[in-house]
Amino acid sequence: MSSGAGYGTYALSKRRIDGLFVYAVIYLAFVYVPVLFLPLFSFNDSIYIAFPLKGFTFEWYGKMVDSPGLITALTNSLQVASIVAVLATIFGTLAAKAVTRYRIPGRGPIVGFIMIPLVIPGIIMGIALLILSKMAGLSLSLYTIGLGHMLVCVPFSMLVMISRLEGFEKAMEEASMDLGENAWVTFWRITFPLSVPGLIASLLLSFTISFDEFILAFFLAGTDVTLPVYIWSQLRFPSKLPSVLALGACILMASFVLVSFAEWFRRRGT
Amino acid sequence: MSDESFISIRDVSKHFGAVKAVNNIDISIARGEFFSLLGPSGCGKTTLLRMLAGFETPTTGEIYIDGEPMSATPPHERPVNMVFQNYAIFPHLDVRGNIAYGMRKSGLSKPALDAKVEEMLELIKLPGYGTRGANELSGGERQRVALARALIKQPKVLLLDEPLGALDKKLREEMQLELRALQRSVGITFVFVTHDQEEALTMSDRIAVMSMGRTLQIDAPVPLYENPKRHFVADFIGTMNFFEGSVREVANGATTIDAGPIGAVRAANRERSFDVGSDVLVAIRPEKFTLSAEAPGGEVNVVEGRMGPTAYLGDRSHLYINIPGRDQPVAVAMQNLADSTTMIAPDQPVWLTWSENAIVLLPPEDV
Repeated sequence: MSSGAGYGTYALSKRRIDGLFVYAVIYLAFVYVPVLFLPLFSFNDSIYIAFPLKGFTFEWYGKMVDSPGLITALTNSLQVASIVAVLATIFGTLAAKAVTRYRIPGRGPIVGFIMIPLVIPGIIMGIALLILSKMAGLSLSLYTIGLGHMLVCVPFSMLVMISRLEGFEKAMEEASMDLGENAWVTFWRITFPLSVPGLIASLLLSFTISFDEFILAFFLAGTDVTLPVYIWSQLRFPSKLPSVLALGACILMASFVLVSFAEWFRRRGT
Repeated sequence: MSDESFISIRDVSKHFGAVKAVNNIDISIARGEFFSLLGPSGCGKTTLLRMLAGFETPTTGEIYIDGEPMSATPPHERPVNMVFQNYAIFPHLDVRGNIAYGMRKSGLSKPALDAKVEEMLELIKLPGYGTRGANELSGGERQRVALARALIKQPKVLLLDEPLGALDKKLREEMQLELRALQRSVGITFVFVTHDQEEALTMSDRIAVMSMGRTLQIDAPVPLYENPKRHFVADFIGTMNFFEGSVREVANGATTIDAGPIGAVRAANRERSFDVGSDVLVAIRPEKFTLSAEAPGGEVNVVEGRMGPTAYLGDRSHLYINIPGRDQPVAVAMQNLADSTTMIAPDQPVWLTWSENAIVLLPPEDV
């Protein structure tokens, strides 16, 4: 079904090859082609990342599973990211609720204060937190990394939940209370179900931020490291590189599946 | 000796910082009354309603419902339910889920609750709508579901915050009559907030006209319209013509006023009396004038002018008469009767007359 000729409707089925279309293609290529090199070279039968491709192999995937340091680092990252995602979402949601539902004196400065970690350069934050940990007598570990990540993820979570709660009729919570339910039950029966898309977005966002985060993890790591730090430390060993690519391809695949699912879920909810 | 009134608002104020949204209000509402709070935006009517519901606490004063003070009672424990301005229908529940929402703690068995929901659906004239999703409803349907959701709890008081504002004119007029009939049959005390004075006049037993946090006059619709006590009330309700004048003579039955451009005015005396020589505002409703193309004779309550613009409204017409010496034309409203005299052409001379009983005298204050 195509549109009529002449200016007017762009029916979806009829795409005009014009400047905008070409730009879109180039843009997508620019963003995604470098990423696609990961799976490409993870199947390549050579430890050197260079063309021409030598052959197809699953060797690196096998090496990846066999490499204990890699698997440990991955597990550490997953643990830290999961816990940070949940805690940051909880704190971010509580903060968002306070900001949108109550008249707190000094609300603007408080929100600004919570947002500060987003604008401070990562290195400065890392060094500052390192010094603070030493002074407080905290030994560096996955916990210190987690705390550092909380500082960065809570503001994001709060932002997501503020936008979610503001578009949400305050009147609905009042209606629930008017009909006889107290604040807790109202939260459970009304606010929570309606916030679920926002909560999921916050969880995914915080998880991703924590999982990817390098600078704070580098400064605040003890003997246990997270995945980005581990990968960085292995870059000097060229033979280790392909299995890292294999891992990267796996993470890419997992992200793709996760985001597709989240998007399907989001659309289903509307 | 307990207060007779069912809802008692005693010297209530609400301050938001320096802003006095509600300023020393005293209102008594009787059981089973349809009571309206009427006023322009920002007059404090919604704030007052929210204090009745419990969503705001009074800065000073106390609210009593059925004899009980309410200041320590949170909204979910009050015998009061509210229909919100945009209805606040829960989007993730169907119609049945919405209506039955407040009945969770009622202890009713599922079949009993289902029967009650069906009863409510019949009442709001949406039978069988139980399984419809909230997003599938039109504006009028949502309004009725919001109503059913509140009424199923059989509250002592129902609060309505401009519930008809979002509806188109025909539906709104229909709903006004339906709400009135519903209130009469159910017998629940209604407190209704609106800025639409016609709506208030149509539905209410009594109306409190509010401005800037205060009540200016509390009366039934007819006395409010025919006998406003203040300039604001006279102007806000319907249309009103105002003429400045000074009192020339006060007799047993009537007061005579020199009212400048419209000449001498004789007004039948009402409760308020004015001293000779004092300034006074003469107020006459547009529909109280009689129009004629020839001089009717007489020395009071008559004035000559020229026909100005007219507006044809089908069943009636609004005519504007220019009076020499007066900037603003006099607004006149006439029914378009089948045998009415031929229309007077623009700029032609025309005479206005009115009766002594058609005049409201007001103090020339706070214009």
